[in-house]
Amino acid sequence: MIHSETRDNLWTLIAAPTIWALHFLVSYIVAAAACVPNVAIFQAIAGPRILIAVITAVALVAIGLIFWRARREWKGHGGGSVHDTDTATGRERFLEFSTLLLAALSFVSVVFVALPALFVADCR
Amino acid sequence: MGAGGSGGLGITEADKSDPATPKFPNPPKPATVGASHVNQDDPEVRQAQEERLIWVWDAPKGWKYWSAVNNTEVGLWYTATSFGFMLFAGVLGLMIRVQLAVPENDFLTGHFYNQVYTLHGTVMMFLFAVPIFEAVAIIILPQMLGARDLPFPRLSAFGYWCFLIGGIFVCGSILFSAAPSGGWFMYPPLTTQERFTPGYGADIWLLGLSFIEVASIAAAVELIVGTLKCRPPGMRLNLMPLYAWYVLVVAGMILFAFPPLIAGDILFELERLFNWPFFDPERGGDPMLWQHLFWIFGHPEVYIVFLPAIALLAMIVPTFARRPILGYSWIVLAAVGTGFLSFGLWVHHMYTTGLPSISLGFFSAASEAVAIPTGVQIFVFLATLLTGRVIFSVPMLFVSGSLAIFIVGGLTGVMVALAPFDWQAHDTYFVVAHLHYVLLGGMLFPVVAGVYYFWPMLAGKTLSDKLGKIAFWLMFVGFNVGFFPMHFSGLMGMPRRIWTYPEGLGLELPNLISSVGAFVFAAGFLIVVVDVLRPRSKQPYAPRNVWNAGTLEWLAEQEDKGWGVRSIPIVTTRYPLWQQKNFVEDVDMGRFYMPDAEELKRETMVTSVLDAEPVQCLRVPGPTFMTMWAAVFLAAVFIFATFHWWYMTIGAMVLATIAIFVWLWRGTALIPEKGEKDVGLGLKLPLYVSGPKSVGWWAMFITMIGDGTAFLSLIFGYLFFFTIHEEFPPAGMAEPGLLWPALSLALFLAAWIASQMALSINKAGGVLLARALIGGSAVLAFAASAAILAGPYLNGLDPVVHVYPATVWVLVIWTAVHGAAGALMLIYCLVRSFAGRLTPEFDIDIANTALYWHFMAATALIATVAVALLPLAT
Repeated sequence: MIHSETRDNLWTLIAAPTIWALHFLVSYIVAAAACVPNVAIFQAIAGPRILIAVITAVALVAIGLIFWRARREWKGHGGGSVHDTDTATGRERFLEFSTLLLAALSFVSVVFVALPALFVADCR
Repeated sequence: MGAGGSGGLGITEADKSDPATPKFPNPPKPATVGASHVNQDDPEVRQAQEERLIWVWDAPKGWKYWSAVNNTEVGLWYTATSFGFMLFAGVLGLMIRVQLAVPENDFLTGHFYNQVYTLHGTVMMFLFAVPIFEAVAIIILPQMLGARDLPFPRLSAFGYWCFLIGGIFVCGSILFSAAPSGGWFMYPPLTTQERFTPGYGADIWLLGLSFIEVASIAAAVELIVGTLKCRPPGMRLNLMPLYAWYVLVVAGMILFAFPPLIAGDILFELERLFNWPFFDPERGGDPMLWQHLFWIFGHPEVYIVFLPAIALLAMIVPTFARRPILGYSWIVLAAVGTGFLSFGLWVHHMYTTGLPSISLGFFSAASEAVAIPTGVQIFVFLATLLTGRVIFSVPMLFVSGSLAIFIVGGLTGVMVALAPFDWQAHDTYFVVAHLHYVLLGGMLFPVVAGVYYFWPMLAGKTLSDKLGKIAFWLMFVGFNVGFFPMHFSGLMGMPRRIWTYPEGLGLELPNLISSVGAFVFAAGFLIVVVDVLRPRSKQPYAPRNVWNAGTLEWLAEQEDKGWGVRSIPIVTTRYPLWQQKNFVEDVDMGRFYMPDAEELKRETMVTSVLDAEPVQCLRVPGPTFMTMWAAVFLAAVFIFATFHWWYMTIGAMVLATIAIFVWLWRGTALIPEKGEKDVGLGLKLPLYVSGPKSVGWWAMFITMIGDGTAFLSLIFGYLFFFTIHEEFPPAGMAEPGLLWPALSLALFLAAWIASQMALSINKAGGVLLARALIGGSAVLAFAASAAILAGPYLNGLDPVVHVYPATVWVLVIWTAVHGAAGALMLIYCLVRSFAGRLTPEFDIDIANTALYWHFMAATALIATVAVALLPLAT
């Protein structure tokens, strides 16, 4: 095998949703900081929206890397969606597949959460 | 002191000074052969083993029964108590329906009605929905993992007694018409100002529930460590029952969801008791902070309630579909994914508070996203059922009912997650209908399915099929008749929490139908209760594994033996009872690990996280009243504080601390009589491990994550006030300065370094130097705590005048209290060292204390930076 393998564990499993959580938190704080105290509600908030776009891109790339890594290793271990074999490889393949699924969910959710910043232009 | 490290074979008689040996009469004779060296096929050998196991794991007799700590007893009490509270809250619900059945009704007074609906919501959520998860998990998780008990049985018992006392305190208040009356989410300023809500109601809510939250966090710690470290050998992560995955996720969520509420409770109670203005806008506070903290807890809580119930479905569905679950990884995805996403939903309870729409948008988006993993679970169940050969039964009836109801609740959930729709429906009966569809479909129906499904495992006898069917149809029809019309009354504009309504608005009919439905539903539930409680001494035992299920909990024998499993099996499949040959017989004949209790001590096996390789034979403590005393004294602290009896509060605090230290001294980190033990099949396992290998270290780590979350919630409050004020601290306000916080930080860091050096020097054998470091570290910790208090004290920060000094005081008091607790732990280690209970080889106490100090150092760093540097930023 050319690539070095990651030994999957519970931390690698939750890496992608953790990135989602951080992205969510930072987006929320950026918007809240831009709109609080809410006095000029019609003023455009282009700066914060660009900032959210940037962190969204960063988050998506990070989640994409996790997805890609998990998918490669899962394929490398034979792929498939049944992972009930009693071997270390079976456990590894299961974690890789679950990581892949969670990365996909996190990717979609990051896109969801970024959408308001695409559509909402001010602090109303 | 034991002959640690030597390979001695064992003891010759029961050592009743050891907490792992119960103090029962007539102990059988210990064995000294070692489990690998007996002929397991010899019936006499097996009988002797069984006698020892039964004696060791038996429940205490007579009044001492209440000193039991084993998961079977504690779990049963816990379940029964939470159902008791549920029935109580159910009666309150019916009272609400009687009051609202007709317009202009005067069945209840307005004031009493407020108490009734507040307690109905509070009790259902805090005393039933969350505790029933812990209760059921405490019973079935160890069974499912083939473990004899959870790693900290006394902690479970302590949690139970806290729950019971706190629950009775909160519920009992209504008998004196002194119950909380501000709604289950207690929004200030309604609840912070005497003129709106006079009396002790809000204090009872805050202090009673804070106390119960402590019990929930204790259970979460227990369940996480249990799932990660007490699986049977061979049960790798990919072979774990799905229930265990859910327990892991939900316990993790409790750890991040409850602490913000505890932090909120602290602020709230400081405002009520001492007039510190956290939620008072006139003095810089903001009621929105409470709403944030409450819902950061409150929304994940919905999933904390829902996921464990769905976990029951994940066990029931494969059994009756006669096939393994289809899409195991997808369930893991759904559980973990929901666990995370549920933390991004909290503001959808706050759409009408005037937050900017971009903020609302984030939460709306996340609320829609969470429908994905939730839907995945439902499709997995449907797919499993469609590809299996389904056997219809009472549990399956409740499962299908729950799916139908939950889907309706889920769909209205997607509707109210959209801000514009919510602006119309907010605080109307539409939301009442939605939340009852979600909670009853997502939680109550699955739990009743679980009762019918697991009852034979617990009691050896089945519940009645006939009564079950009648109960189901009454409950299902009654529920829909009761709650569906609320969608319409809500859309017509009927607000929540109103005491009565006038004639002529068109609300008469939907309300009357709702009231009829509620009573039909209650009749159905009453049948379940009757079925559970009816005497059945004449009924024959059900066959073992009556549903022919595949997972380990069905090893349970018809007559409960207390030992959990006869021997701790090697697991190589997801459904060992279906997929491993001769499995039940091998377990029963003691052909796996630990078929004996040779030294007459309670023991279970600890394994590694990923692949469940055996790492330790863990001695677990037996019956004691000490946990009950600790709970009673701790309860006294909270109850006395409610009524402002300060001297008694402090007295109770001292007693609670003493009780906890006595419990620790007698029951934890015991030095075993030998280094390792033969657990059978030629395997020898150590009896004592410390550091990251030990369960205690993990418990400390997990507890401190929860504790750290509460601290970060306070920091969140501080930053929240920072962002909403033009100037924070306001001009001319006294500040704690740089000197004292800096000095305190230096002292805290010195204490931290000393504690870490003490750990490694003690391990290397330098006992004297280690003792000096431990003592020095404790002194430094006290000095650091005093120094951090000195800053605001000497600079004259008055917490009553403005929210800024109040917040600073909260942060420094939190840090100082933790510093003092860290100092007490160090002193405890010092005394243990002098008593010969902490040695270079046996160093659990100092290893765990050193771990605490990592968190302590981080807390001190954040707190001092926040209070000293933030003023410079403005």
